[in-house]
Amino acid sequence: MISFTSFPSRFAESSYDSTRHHPNVKDDLMDLDEYEDFAAQGSLNKLTCPGESLTSSQAYMRGHGTYVDNEEVIASVAGTIERVNKLVSVRAIRSRYNPEVGDLVVGRITEVQPRRWKVDANSRQDAVLMLSSVNLPGGVQRRKLESDELQMRGFFEEGDLLVAEVQAFFSDGAMSLHTRSLKYGKLRNGQLVTVPPILVRRLKSHFLTLPCGVDLILGLNGYIWVSKHVKTNEQEGEEGFDAEAVYSNVNDDIDDSTRNAISRVTHIIRVLTSHFVPLTDVLLLEAYEWTVEHESTAKDLLQQEFGDALVASIAPSQ
Amino acid sequence: MASRVEILNEGGYRSDGRRQFELRTIDIDLSQQGHADGAAVITHGLAHVMVSVFGPREAKMRSQTIHDRANINVEVAVAAFSTGDRRKRSRGDKRILEFAATIKSTFEPVIQTSLYPRSQIDIFVQVIQQDGGLLQACINGTTLALMNAGIPMLDFVCAVNGGVHSTSPLLDLTLLEENDVPNLTIAVMPKTRKVSLVTMETRLHVDRFEEIFRLATEAGLAIHGEMKGAILGRSKSLMGSIELGSQQRSGNTAADAMDDDD
Repeated sequence: MISFTSFPSRFAESSYDSTRHHPNVKDDLMDLDEYEDFAAQGSLNKLTCPGESLTSSQAYMRGHGTYVDNEEVIASVAGTIERVNKLVSVRAIRSRYNPEVGDLVVGRITEVQPRRWKVDANSRQDAVLMLSSVNLPGGVQRRKLESDELQMRGFFEEGDLLVAEVQAFFSDGAMSLHTRSLKYGKLRNGQLVTVPPILVRRLKSHFLTLPCGVDLILGLNGYIWVSKHVKTNEQEGEEGFDAEAVYSNVNDDIDDSTRNAISRVTHIIRVLTSHFVPLTDVLLLEAYEWTVEHESTAKDLLQQEFGDALVASIAPSQ
Repeated sequence: MASRVEILNEGGYRSDGRRQFELRTIDIDLSQQGHADGAAVITHGLAHVMVSVFGPREAKMRSQTIHDRANINVEVAVAAFSTGDRRKRSRGDKRILEFAATIKSTFEPVIQTSLYPRSQIDIFVQVIQQDGGLLQACINGTTLALMNAGIPMLDFVCAVNGGVHSTSPLLDLTLLEENDVPNLTIAVMPKTRKVSLVTMETRLHVDRFEEIFRLATEAGLAIHGEMKGAILGRSKSLMGSIELGSQQRSGNTAADAMDDDD
């Protein structure tokens, strides 16, 4: 007769490394919710998940990622517990981008509306770019005319990518962007990579130039723009704000070696992201050197073993 | 009746060799799927469901936005090859729409939608293989996918089904048992032990209800342990690789700073 044995686990990597008990035996992870421990433990990297009570709401204040029920502060997302004095919050490991004023973001225009553009910036709502917060041709400071409003698609069209800064928030939490700096504006000559926002940390500068002739813009929203390097003296100066160049839709001529470098950098970013390694300039540069050293072509990086070796070489103990 | 499979034999074993209150093995995979914000693949024995969550994000249709909270959109797709008899169901199938509405109403009170006004949370459920306990697998998978996406929820939602064979209650029914036995599905929130869903499509004697209800609630807590372990394990591995990467950086930037001085 046909008989079945128990089925083998389909997901080898998802097998739990903890010992398994009968449900009546409490695992040690259940001990998280003791109040006395909470005050003593460092706020460092304690993991929690929704429904787990963290502490008493009388002794502590609830922050993001928590709620109060029955005089207890309870986690509402899975992530790390963070404590600043009496404020307890839980930071989710993966979530959408949470904007803050002054953040640099890369976004894509989704809609042109009266006197504003809607921009997809990986946030919970589309961001707003007002006509009054972009640089217009003919001087940085001037009033917006009706003619500007009529030719808004001349500046940004649906599908255009741009780099901007978070200026303010609306009452419903949507963010307002501005591009009132010569660093900001429309993007061309490159490629977009999307990563989880948590992997882009705040750096001194989010405009990086790698020595291989590639410029990087690390948007804090997890959108990364990889493009051909533009020399600083060729960039439009304060005086000669050249609207035609800034709002141009045509790519410059990009030679083969630069194309190669761009795709190599994007592949490196994808590999690092798939291993959940936070991106920094140093790390990217190191990874780039490693790939050149190993005489690989850009497409080799897409192979699993090659990517694993890359990550192992730059984060050794992994 | 030799050809008929016994639901529960004299030895107290069911058709697939389980005891009365034994649950099927659960497999959970929380790895990244495409560009979804959160995803989960869950199997209860042979029932196999994949859930992807997108959002909170801008609503595709402006008419769907709610000004003070997020809108939850659930879409269920049943693969044609998921059942024994190959059958293609259209997306507009009434049964599937009702099924999606059940999932939606189960999660609406649990997700903290008021934190995301005017946004939309899309939940896409793909049924890959069916073997009873379809709703339970979909609900558990959705819970995991939502948590994986970092969407704030009051608690886990753990679903399990149960039935009564003559007088003996059974838990976690397979398709074979589901066809033969009056059954119900319960979704429980383990922290408060609140029940956010009870559905029954068959008729069950009222005297039997309380017993199976109590048992299923307890089984929900056991499933909660599995789901929590999977979520914490996933969080731990992700945090581990983030920390490794950060350590590497702090070491390097110190070296960089020295280079700059030269």
